[in-house]
Amino acid sequence: MNPIPPTGMIIPTEPGRHFRAGKFDFWSFFFSGLTGLATLLILAILAVLLGNIIINGWPNLSWHFVSTIPRKDFFDPATTGVLPMIIGTTIRVFVMTIFVLPIGVITAIYLTEYAPTDSMLTRIIRAAVNNLAGVPSIVFGLFGLGFFINFIGRNLDEFLQNPGPVWGQPAVLWASLTLAVMTLPVVIVATEESLKAIPLGLREASLALGATKLETICKVVLPQALPGIMTGGILAVSRAAGEVAPILFTGVAYYMASLPSKLSDQFMDLGYHVFVLSTQSPDIERTRPILYATVLVLLLLTFALNFVAILIRARVRKKLRALG
Amino acid sequence: MPENALPKLELKTALAAASGNAAPLIEIKKLSLFYGQAQALKNISLSIRERVVTAFIGPSGCGKSTLLRCLNRMNDLIDGVRIEGSVRIGQHDIYAPDVDVIELRKRVGMVFQKSNPFPKSIYDNVAYGLRIQGVKNKSDLDAAVEQSLRGAALWDEVKDRLHTSALGLSGGQQQRLCIARAIAVKPEIVLMDEPASALDPIATARVEDLILELKRDFTIVIVTHNMQQATRISDDTAFFYMGELIEAGPTQKIFTNPRQKRTEDYVTGRFG
Repeated sequence: MNPIPPTGMIIPTEPGRHFRAGKFDFWSFFFSGLTGLATLLILAILAVLLGNIIINGWPNLSWHFVSTIPRKDFFDPATTGVLPMIIGTTIRVFVMTIFVLPIGVITAIYLTEYAPTDSMLTRIIRAAVNNLAGVPSIVFGLFGLGFFINFIGRNLDEFLQNPGPVWGQPAVLWASLTLAVMTLPVVIVATEESLKAIPLGLREASLALGATKLETICKVVLPQALPGIMTGGILAVSRAAGEVAPILFTGVAYYMASLPSKLSDQFMDLGYHVFVLSTQSPDIERTRPILYATVLVLLLLTFALNFVAILIRARVRKKLRALG
Repeated sequence: MPENALPKLELKTALAAASGNAAPLIEIKKLSLFYGQAQALKNISLSIRERVVTAFIGPSGCGKSTLLRCLNRMNDLIDGVRIEGSVRIGQHDIYAPDVDVIELRKRVGMVFQKSNPFPKSIYDNVAYGLRIQGVKNKSDLDAAVEQSLRGAALWDEVKDRLHTSALGLSGGQQQRLCIARAIAVKPEIVLMDEPASALDPIATARVEDLILELKRDFTIVIVTHNMQQATRISDDTAFFYMGELIEAGPTQKIFTNPRQKRTEDYVTGRFG
């Protein structure tokens, strides 16, 4: 047996003993292959999906198609268009963002900055937020109908003494609010994560200078957390743009001759229009080209909304890095 | 925030009264602190003189940083902290129910172990505390920023890039910036929690020189792990061990002729 080598000395390796190519390890090979295959499968599905939509949708996309308000018979490829649907979807996403960001951010601020850690109440709120994220979107639709339209809307009409239902019926506002409730957990969780990432030292520095907690949150914590909060907003927009179920009972219209002009108007929507085109058409073969084109427009609009949000976030990040 | 809306500590008046009969500026009496069940500070009584540098020394976990944080009530931020006894600053018990903690912290500034500049410009860092107090006038802010940066011996290095990010400064510069930020609000007392422990020897020397400069205008309480540092910069020293104050007195006496065996063992490096 060799004596113990002094510290700092390199122990020579017996030739052939270590680092020898071992037996063929079947399970390692199998598992690494499996992970690769799974990734390939995802890529393949995405490629087929996007490829199919682009190949079939692109030739049918025209300026006329995206800039026309269709007549009642919107199944005719020659005359139809999707302008009201583009506008409707864009409006409901924007109105939703206006509501979900402040409410979500303020809730997250309460949970991370003010709520006593690990109290019963905090735990219940967190559990409620997580459960909210797991509720099927059609349930949100029914909730919107029951709460926003039948309860708030009708009472509002009564209070304002409107002669007929103004708020007590499906509307852009109610659809947007329903979507806001649905995407609330996304914003809350993203904001909480970004708030928790702000170092304690920065908060202490501010407090030690005689700043109140509110001043510290507004001037030090929130500016730093802004990119993370905006990530939450982007996720919420992505999720909401393509959702149909929550707006089904709360605001979307099968057909409208004019564009929505106030928050109490109904609206047409790209996602819902895809559903209509694929299920209500009298001649599915004739409608197929515009169905593809509509799906492509929906995808492009979702990407565009995301892109705008990502651009804004990039600008905020750059500003923070440069100066803050 | 209107300043007159806050109940004042009236430190200035108290100070004037205090200097007449040479009473200490900070008077800690029978202070005990508990984190839940664990007792971190045990019945500490200590007087801290005005416009001198007082060093808190002792092994890790002895409670010196905890005691420091009692002096501007930063421990309030930690859940489950309970305090007994009293801390008087200029005759006012800072744990009395009518004390405005925000006002207290404006008068008792703090510099932390890890430099923690805001991710803002150098100028905005120094101006932060003043802006919080409602100072908006640009020439007032300009003057205060320059004065504070000069006071922290940083002005010449940064005067041409005041509006660039503070995060672009070196570690030593960042720590001096934090000192500038702390003195910009004109506190009476500056607490320093191992301010040089993360700095290289040259940056440490600059911060030490700065502390000696600052004691003309401020009362400084500094926590340090570095024995030589304590002897170099402090006038008084308090030695803590296991949450107890073992011995306090003039630095020279503590380091050359301590009364307690444990103090001697620690300052001579036999443990700690």
